[in-house]
Amino acid sequence: MQEFLLNNMPNVSAHWSDFVEAMKDTLIMELWAGIIAFVIGLVLGVVLTVTKTGGILENKPVYKVIDSFINLFRSIPFIILLTALMPLSRLVMGTAIYVRGAIVPLVFGCTPFFTRQVEAALAETDYGLIEAALSMGSSPIEVIFRVYLRESTAALARATTITAISLLGLTAMAGAVGAGGLGDFAIRYGHDRNMTDITWATVIVLVIAVSLVQWLGGHIAKKNTH
Amino acid sequence: MIELKHIVKEFNDNGRDVHAVNDVSITVNDGDIYGIIGFSGAGKSTLVRCINLLGRPNSGEVIIDGTDITGLPAKELREARKKIGMIFQHFNLMPSRTVAGNVAYPLKGSGLSKDEINKKVQKLLEMVEISDKAGAYPSQLSGGQKQRVAIARALANDPKILLCDEATSALDPQTTHSILKLLKKLNKELGITIVVITHEMDVIKTICNKVAVMEKGKVVESGDVMTVFTKPEAKLTRDFIKSTSNLSKAEEFLRDGNPTTRLKPGEVMARLNYNNVRVSEPIISTAILKYQVYMNIILADVEIVGDLSIGGTVVIISGEADNINKALEYFESQNVNVEVIKDARISA
Repeated sequence: MQEFLLNNMPNVSAHWSDFVEAMKDTLIMELWAGIIAFVIGLVLGVVLTVTKTGGILENKPVYKVIDSFINLFRSIPFIILLTALMPLSRLVMGTAIYVRGAIVPLVFGCTPFFTRQVEAALAETDYGLIEAALSMGSSPIEVIFRVYLRESTAALARATTITAISLLGLTAMAGAVGAGGLGDFAIRYGHDRNMTDITWATVIVLVIAVSLVQWLGGHIAKKNTH
Repeated sequence: MIELKHIVKEFNDNGRDVHAVNDVSITVNDGDIYGIIGFSGAGKSTLVRCINLLGRPNSGEVIIDGTDITGLPAKELREARKKIGMIFQHFNLMPSRTVAGNVAYPLKGSGLSKDEINKKVQKLLEMVEISDKAGAYPSQLSGGQKQRVAIARALANDPKILLCDEATSALDPQTTHSILKLLKKLNKELGITIVVITHEMDVIKTICNKVAVMEKGKVVESGDVMTVFTKPEAKLTRDFIKSTSNLSKAEEFLRDGNPTTRLKPGEVMARLNYNNVRVSEPIISTAILKYQVYMNIILADVEIVGDLSIGGTVVIISGEADNINKALEYFESQNVNVEVIKDARISA
């Protein structure tokens, strides 16, 4: 491996520890922002689904507020979010730079997207199932957990896969606030210093990462489809 | 007992108020199989959803065993719903759960242990004769099997009432028949009160003892199935009864110029509708022998309810004009309503 890199990708070999560091940074951003966005997006997606007109807990004001909030954040390009949310980052994370500084904008960039994905996934649930559950005396909370979430597991797994992969794309931009990561690594070395082998190595790592996520998501979706 | 009193349910359709159910009052006694029939859009599905408040009526009372459930707080309403099972046209089974998992769904939180739940599920599946499919997923079942599972699930909490919303409308005639047989068996063995929503008169005829005919949100006729069948008052009821009989084909034959409807001079084509004719009375033979007429039976559809015949025949009668008239008079005197469809007698 060392030998191979030395001969074919000399720059990767020379900057190996930076490369590993970049992978770590990307992984940390992906996991933290992903987990937080997953939880918040799932909750918001469920709230949107049950509060919309005809939903089991119809509530127009709540729906309207969340709906507009999501549209607002989905309209802002991520690169602008990165800098615009700096004050909030400082408040929440104590800093607006490095990996810690990138988590807040990543969450804001990713959650609205995931919320819409969750909303779409839950909308696939046949309303007949909800009606059947209500007719059996299920409470709204039971309907959410035992019907909506349970019956949409496959669709939610697919939504999560799409979101995780798009989040990986967002982390590449996080270099703008000095967060490092693979995107930043590829720009600084591969592009700025014209070290093509570094660009290639980054791409290969990302392709592997995306494939893994896609495989895992597909696997979970398949296991939950009957 | 279910008492619906002055139920009104409106929908707002693009700013226009639509009365889906307009002042409907019906009473379903314990042990009844109560049929509600109407064309789609008549409001029958909306009405049945008022019984378990899946759709809350704008006004009116829903009294179940003496309690007006429209006034119950949410938690008590959910408890009340557990005693009102419901099955649907499209079964509404949870695709991610097995047959056993679906039937166990309403038993969670019922206070039964896991073992007891398993036993109960097994018992329910045996009751609907599908215990061999306990481990299968709904997607692996046929329509009839799915409805059996749905029935087992609806019965899990030992309800006193079972609501069937077009439960057989997505099934073929044979499967429909087997599901209806099952419902009748459950009604007999468990004493469960059943409310059946349908657009098929056959369903009413096969299992119901009471019927309400709905049109445009109102009940136009209701009562014992036998009474309604033998003496239908509303035009809609008569249409529904006709729709189950093939006697109405006579008009089709006429329209299409079917050869059987070509009459020779002097012949009469008539529909004989039997109203409470005793099965033991051989009226057609009597007419032939007594008045020396010839009768060619083109269509016949006779249903025996109790010891009475319902339905009738379409016949072509030939013979001397006088005798034909006498024969027709004789039919009238025997509670047979004569409807001349085509007349080739020389007009007097």
